[in-house]
Amino acid sequence: MLSKRNPQLNKHGELIHLLSVEGLPRAVIEQILDTAGSFLSVNDREVKKVPLLRGKSVFNLFFENSTRTRTTFEIAAKRLSADVINLDIARSSTAKGETLLDTVANLSAMHADMFVVRHSESGAPHLIAQHCAPHVHVVNAGDGRHAHPTQGLLDMYTIRHFKSDFRNLTVAIVGDIVHSRVARSDIHALSILGVPEIRAVGPKTLVPGDLRDMGVRVCHDMAEGVRDADVVIMLRLQNERMNGGMLPSSGEFFKHFGLTPDKLALAKPDAIVMHPGPINRGVEIASEVADGKSSVILPQVTFGIAVRMAVMAILAGNEA
Amino acid sequence: MKILIKNGRLVDPASNLDRVGDVAIANGRIVHLGDATDFAAERVVDATGLVVAPGLVDLCARLREPGHEHEGLLESELAAAAAGGVTSLVCPPDTDPVLDEPGLVEMLKFRARKLSRCRLFPLGALTRQLEGGALTEMAELTEAGCIGFSQAEVAIKDTLVLSRALQYAATYGYTVWLRPQDAWLGGGVAASGAVATRLGLSGVPAAAETVALHTIFELVRATGARVHICRLSSAAGVELVRAAKREGLPVTADVSINSLHLSDVDIGYFDSAMRLTPPLRQGRDRDALRAGLADGTIDALVSDHMPVTSDEKAVPFAEATPGATGLELLLSLSLRWARDAGLPLQRALAVVTAEPVRVLGSALGSLAASAGRLVEGGVADVCVFDAGASWAVTSEALTSQGKHTPFAFASSGFELPARVRCTLVAGHIAYGAE
Repeated sequence: MLSKRNPQLNKHGELIHLLSVEGLPRAVIEQILDTAGSFLSVNDREVKKVPLLRGKSVFNLFFENSTRTRTTFEIAAKRLSADVINLDIARSSTAKGETLLDTVANLSAMHADMFVVRHSESGAPHLIAQHCAPHVHVVNAGDGRHAHPTQGLLDMYTIRHFKSDFRNLTVAIVGDIVHSRVARSDIHALSILGVPEIRAVGPKTLVPGDLRDMGVRVCHDMAEGVRDADVVIMLRLQNERMNGGMLPSSGEFFKHFGLTPDKLALAKPDAIVMHPGPINRGVEIASEVADGKSSVILPQVTFGIAVRMAVMAILAGNEA
Repeated sequence: MKILIKNGRLVDPASNLDRVGDVAIANGRIVHLGDATDFAAERVVDATGLVVAPGLVDLCARLREPGHEHEGLLESELAAAAAGGVTSLVCPPDTDPVLDEPGLVEMLKFRARKLSRCRLFPLGALTRQLEGGALTEMAELTEAGCIGFSQAEVAIKDTLVLSRALQYAATYGYTVWLRPQDAWLGGGVAASGAVATRLGLSGVPAAAETVALHTIFELVRATGARVHICRLSSAAGVELVRAAKREGLPVTADVSINSLHLSDVDIGYFDSAMRLTPPLRQGRDRDALRAGLADGTIDALVSDHMPVTSDEKAVPFAEATPGATGLELLLSLSLRWARDAGLPLQRALAVVTAEPVRVLGSALGSLAASAGRLVEGGVADVCVFDAGASWAVTSEALTSQGKHTPFAFASSGFELPARVRCTLVAGHIAYGAE
């Protein structure tokens, strides 16, 4: 079979869509992080706007419910002076039987410049990127279990902010890795940035062995997983996992894989604790840890806006 | 009509025939093989430089009628079969309505016969509505023309029902065709493994196949039923079939052109043309399937033909309808497999002619002696093709209403060997020879 060109890069290797962290050149990731750094100050200004996307229309297409991610994208686009249109498609067109591509074609006809897409199926943003007009940029805001690249990038921004050099870090990602698009995007980003040890920690139902193919060390023991880690990324545990026979109870999960002060004490003294939110206190993370001095969960949210501004600004400057 | 196919390379795996000669056809039968210059033909097909082989026998092709006419029509798909050199095909019962009533089977056979493009051998449903509960009237369905019984893509969950179905079928000596897939383990959309994990697609572990095979073989031991295993997909599955045959169990097996040539890596960036059942597995599985077909563990190669519309593929990977067009690719992909594996042309043809006929066995009735073979006195089902030609799979090059295939030139970039020039079914020209 033909090896197909990475659909998110143009022939000059510039970013035209952000669909996945996988396959992004290191230079592109660094460009996004550097640009985000310059936008961070915008967020502190009294007038929190720059005119980079003035006159551009950003459509938030959320085929799956999300308040937090949609809001941060909306803020990011507005701070770039774009017009933002929020479409909660989970409750409108598709319920009337319209296909994904018909919805996209209709919105393209309204002269959209950028689609921010969240969808419950892996690969949906790729499909949209393949079929939309050439001037339209697609940003994946989370697709199925596949990717959540802006979350991955804001996690990298956070790590770089607190740890500076990626090349001597141990990063532990803990919890429901198999269903997590955040974990996948983090793993790709950490690999590209040269992190020597990435651990995936959890029970075998949530951390299958074939994750090793992504270059991670698989740990089924929490102590082994977090020992001497510089960064601990906790993932949200969905309630559905208890029904599917993947876990007996959230209580048993917390006892063995929840991040408590005791377990955190096994990590490096200056370790940081991250979480993509929203957190489940007492399920994957203890309140003392979530609110403690190691937690950088709230800075992640702040950085997230700057990173999403950076992604949109860079995409708007590149042509297919 | 009397037809003379002149001066072709006659290749018949069943009789180890491979020499230049003529085929004289009269009254739907081959009357002479070899030098037939004196034959007073009404029509002459010049086969100089071409291969003259038995018509292909495809053990798995869906025609989509009745019930799915937007995807395929008997007329279009049987024309596709003829264009692919396929002169006999077996269709699974998962039409709408399901083939669980003799009247439906008779109607389907009747309509296919009127089109006279390809012989049609329907599989009857093993259970009513394929629901895995009540058994169908297998004897009645056999009288109506069914050559075996199948659950199509619907695995029977209740092992007791499966056991009784095999017992009942064994009473009459009917063959039960089963795709080995555990109902619970088989719920994913891609094979479990590195690719599915990386892309975030739900996986079907190889155990979905091996658990089902263990169950089936255990029940074959208990009931003595004859079972044909449809579309093996894993290396472990091939090994189990090999062991079952060594033990002497009455089982046969096939593999699809897709699993024989592709692996999960070909999914690339969520290419929905690669959404198939069974799912594409890893390279080592594909290699084991190729070896299994070469050494006879797997008896036959099938097209697994399934016309799917563009709308059904223009959706996210997991939501895409599984399947690909295949009837017109069967010959080319068999030849390509043999070429890659260093096997002779006779072997490439055997897995799509004599071997599938052996799988069908006595269910073919009087045809069993001559279908899938070039033999004097036998039925004139013949495929004439240019082994030296190559072609690119494009929408325009396909007769089938289904245009989606993983082997489309646009995504594969490779050309396939061999082009069918003429197909004869029962001595009628069903395709080509203008």
